[in-house]
Amino acid sequence: MRATFSERLVDLAVNIFLWGFRILIVAIIIIGTFFTIREGKYTSEQWIDFIVFGISQGSIYAMIALGYTMVYGILRMINFAHGDIFMTGAFGAYFTATWLTKAGFVDANPFLGLLIPILVAMAVSTLIAVLVERIAYRPLRGAPQLVPLISAIGASFFLEYAFRGFFGPGKYAYPPIKALEGTWEIFGIGILKVQVVVAISAFIMMALLYFVVMYTKIGKAMRAVSENKDTAALMGIDVNRIIVTTFAIGAALAGAAGVLFALVYRQVDFFMGFTPGVKAFTAAVLGGIGNIPGAMVGGLVLGVFESVGPSLFLEGLGITRAYQLKDAIAYTMLVMILLFRPQGILGERLSKQKA
Amino acid sequence: MPLLQVENIHTYYGNIHALKGLSLHIEQGEIVTLIGGNGAGKTTTLRTISGLLKPREGSITYDGKDLLKYPAHEVVYKGISMVPEGRGIFARLTVTENLEMGSYSRNDKNEIQRNMDRAFTLFPRLKERRTQLAGTLSGGEQQMVAMGRALMASPRVLLLDEPSMGLAPVLVELIFDTIQQINKEGVTILLVEQNALMALSIANRGYVLQTGEIVLTDKAEKLKNDPTVQKAYLGIE
Repeated sequence: MRATFSERLVDLAVNIFLWGFRILIVAIIIIGTFFTIREGKYTSEQWIDFIVFGISQGSIYAMIALGYTMVYGILRMINFAHGDIFMTGAFGAYFTATWLTKAGFVDANPFLGLLIPILVAMAVSTLIAVLVERIAYRPLRGAPQLVPLISAIGASFFLEYAFRGFFGPGKYAYPPIKALEGTWEIFGIGILKVQVVVAISAFIMMALLYFVVMYTKIGKAMRAVSENKDTAALMGIDVNRIIVTTFAIGAALAGAAGVLFALVYRQVDFFMGFTPGVKAFTAAVLGGIGNIPGAMVGGLVLGVFESVGPSLFLEGLGITRAYQLKDAIAYTMLVMILLFRPQGILGERLSKQKA
Repeated sequence: MPLLQVENIHTYYGNIHALKGLSLHIEQGEIVTLIGGNGAGKTTTLRTISGLLKPREGSITYDGKDLLKYPAHEVVYKGISMVPEGRGIFARLTVTENLEMGSYSRNDKNEIQRNMDRAFTLFPRLKERRTQLAGTLSGGEQQMVAMGRALMASPRVLLLDEPSMGLAPVLVELIFDTIQQINKEGVTILLVEQNALMALSIANRGYVLQTGEIVLTDKAEKLKNDPTVQKAYLGIE
């Protein structure tokens, strides 16, 4: 069937617009970078600072993104309440950490002072995610895709305003860990201890997750369920149990990420899950939604771009306080990915094999 | 008493009445085949036995137990394993991982290893390709994965849904030879096929299914020579 002339004209216009958009973005990046470097506003130590901050921020995004991507992989559903699951974990950790700090426990034993709130946060997030799945998602299984999505948005609002109701709209100061203040000299460069600890904790947990998914019986069952639920059931796999497990693992990671986030920003509030949630969703799409290594890569790439991007691309163009545009950079990346590579960075293998 | 007894089941897809009072039985050690055209209800019958679909009426008894009270993922624990229509392999899992999923219901490591060895003996090709992603295999190899995987559960009854679909004739021969071999090792088989001639040549008995009802049942040899069967399913005028 041949397209009519006007259809082809519209096609052409869309193509020109998309190419213009690509060229504009590339031009901004090249010209901005050129002028920024020529002005020499930042030293190489400062650039390394940006990158390190990007990596630690990105590893937090990656941990949250894993929850989105695993649930999507298994249910083809975006769990919009996931950012709020992250927030509930941070609250659990806040109360634990405050109590432990007051008791003098954190100063005496900084490692356990970090670990215990993380474990509490993982437990709280897991519990709430399992309840949300049971109440808001499972009864809707088999309904059209839009229905659980709407339910997820409802669950998100419910969690936010329930926590606002219980704990008020204010921000709580997350107690700092004294042992993590200051910097470590690594290769002659001073790097904030908190950022090192955040990145290392995140990498440990992601490595653990990867091991579980790739090599354990339950992980293999998760991958089998994400491919074909009926066949998985024929193997003797209790599909509902695997789905709950997936929610629980994703939530545990989000809860731990909540603690790491609170350690960096030193505060906790009922709305804190929204922005990291959307960013992590961006990271999941960036890496290829449904793809576990993709979520890790996507999170790191987003974190580094967001941290380096404003200074590198925008300040050279004469934009003052470019740092405030870091969210704009993140969302521009989301739009670009959706337009030009909807399968994401690592999505190719997946989409080919699904076909 | 038959090993598997299906009695008067009525299965629906939404409002579509797919099985209308279907009954059949299988004795221990038999190969029974279910033949019929497209949309006759062959796959629906297997999915109902394996628990993926629940009938609104009727009963399924296996080894003296009521099978209908178990969800699909528990039926395999009772000893009934299925090779689904279109093979249903896990494309992004390796061949070995696919086989491991087949033994999900088993806990005995030695038993699992024995079954894995048996799968590789039945299908040496799979052994060569065990680290490959199953999605990269040819159709015939995928069918081998699906059958090997079903056997990993040490089943007493094996349900096979169109194992010859889309395969070259030489592979169809191989698959049917393997089915007979599996049967000789003591596994009871319910075989659903469009390739009625092949199915009837290895089966003990057969059922002819038409729009959700059994219209004819007899010894396989007799069905093969029945004029109506020949005309409708064997392409013999």
